Amino acid sequence: MQVTMTINGQEVSEEIEPRLLLVHFIRDQLGLTGTHWGCDTSNCGTCVVLIDGEPVKSCTQLAAMASGHDITTVEGLEVDGELDPVQEGFMQCHGLQCGFCTPGMMLTARALLNADPDPSEEVIREAISGQICRCTGYSTIVRSIQWAADHETDVSVGSAS
Amino acid sequence: MQVPAPFEYERATSVEHAIALRTQLGEEARFIAGGHSLLPMMKLRLANPEYLIDINDLDELFYITRADDEIRIGAMTRHRELLDSDLLAEHFPIFRDAEKVIADPVVRNRGTLGGSLCQADPSEDLSAVCTTLDASCVIKSTDGERIVSMQDFHVGPYETAVGDTEMLTEIRIPLKAGGGSAYEKVERRAGDWAVVSSGVAVWMSNGTIDDGRVGLAAVGPNTTSIGPVAEALRGAAPSEEFYEQVGEIAAANCSPQTDQRGTAAYKTHLAKELTRRSLRRAVARAQGQEA
Ligand SMILES: Cc1cc2nc3c(=O)[nH]c(=O)nc-3n(C[C@H](O)[C@H](O)[C@H](O)COP(=O)(O)OP(=O)(O)OC[C@H]3O[C@@H](n4cnc5c(N)ncnc54)[C@H](O)[C@@H]3O)c2cc1C
Ligand code: FES
Ligand code: FES
Repeated sequence: MQVTMTINGQEVSEEIEPRLLLVHFIRDQLGLTGTHWGCDTSNCGTCVVLIDGEPVKSCTQLAAMASGHDITTVEGLEVDGELDPVQEGFMQCHGLQCGFCTPGMMLTARALLNADPDPSEEVIREAISGQICRCTGYSTIVRSIQWAADHETDVSVGSAS
Repeated sequence: MQVPAPFEYERATSVEHAIALRTQLGEEARFIAGGHSLLPMMKLRLANPEYLIDINDLDELFYITRADDEIRIGAMTRHRELLDSDLLAEHFPIFRDAEKVIADPVVRNRGTLGGSLCQADPSEDLSAVCTTLDASCVIKSTDGERIVSMQDFHVGPYETAVGDTEMLTEIRIPLKAGGGSAYEKVERRAGDWAVVSSGVAVWMSNGTIDDGRVGLAAVGPNTTSIGPVAEALRGAAPSEEFYEQVGEIAAANCSPQTDQRGTAAYKTHLAKELTRRSLRRAVARAQGQEA
């Protein structure tokens, strides 16, 4: 079947098998390997992408279901060589060690800040609670997102508008 | 890598279209809502439908509204909307209690009320909530619609009253004066399925419980409302001793199984303790003493 969707602002149209999961469509068919693939059971959250601005575990969505929608992957956070404040925050505050959980964490952070520009620590921890990090102990991730909140520019990557 | 078996995919454009497709494709077809129960089962090949009918475009099934004496919720309403709804929180705080502990925020962006009830997992939290609140389910087919109580909706584990040519479209919850409700759940780790959970709703006047119900998850083949608890609640005056007794009635009337989430004895203990806590909180809320 044919699917057509916007990925990081660009329209893509591809022939796929209906059973293809969104994560494999993004990684294998489009070659956007920034989206990671971990547990394959909707628990770890490293495969999170934004669908119409909302974080979704892409190992538990069909590519077919995403047709007609607006997808943002981690590659879409940087615009014209400018890092998103979330990416900058992860650099400034050591929000990653091995980096495996990072794409999902950063996209969830982006969606959170689009909805709530000044989240409390509790709100940040709740927002990322569906995503597992085996390295950082989460504290630096929380700090990175706080850093981004304090340094927001007028970017609106991943917002549905 | 877990990959579902091959199937054909169709996207429904209206409820009528969805039902027509289902009727035409028959028992080998399934609806896909959030996909957060169905896709994991398909990846494990525990479900192998030949056709998937995607109902995510059915805007007419996303709503939470108040009718005269009931709240109506469209089947496609997602967990996140149930969590955020102030209308629901005002009348049925049990929803927000439960939604805070169902899966995680990302899963809650996709999973739906209709999918949760139709999945009919004995550990399903929203089934316990709807059982507690004496909800009814609107089921549509080309022949029209029928309304089924939660009691009759769940026929067995993973089995519902929704037939091969039918669709769940709406959940209705009766509004009665003096109500209070609450939900308690014990899980092995944040975001996990319940070891046991218990919801309680009471309707009170002049300090007396006129009517009340429980809904327990993970203590038997289906989420269950325990008749003897409702009997005990009717006409009772609330007190700590009474909450204890009701917890004991709940524990005596459930039949949990030992599994990887806990032993039957531990689950029976939880049924008692969680029912006690939910009842205490539901009474406080009915009396305006707690939000
Ligand atoms: C990591 C994880 C953790 C979770 N934790 C919890 C938890 O703690 N507590 C909990 O209660 N749940 C939990 N869930 C389940 C989650 O709530 C599911 O989203 C929900 O059970 C199913 O909703 P869905 O919309 O995704 O349904 P789907 O997976 O799309 O569908 C489920 C079934 O219902 C059928 N169906 C869907 N809609 C209709 C309809 N309108 N009419 C007829 N049939 C229909 C489908 O054909 C399918 O058979 C968890 C899920 C995940 C992935
Ligand atoms: S790979 Fe999707 S949640 Fe782990
Ligand atoms: S940085 Fe290694 S898993 Fe998070």
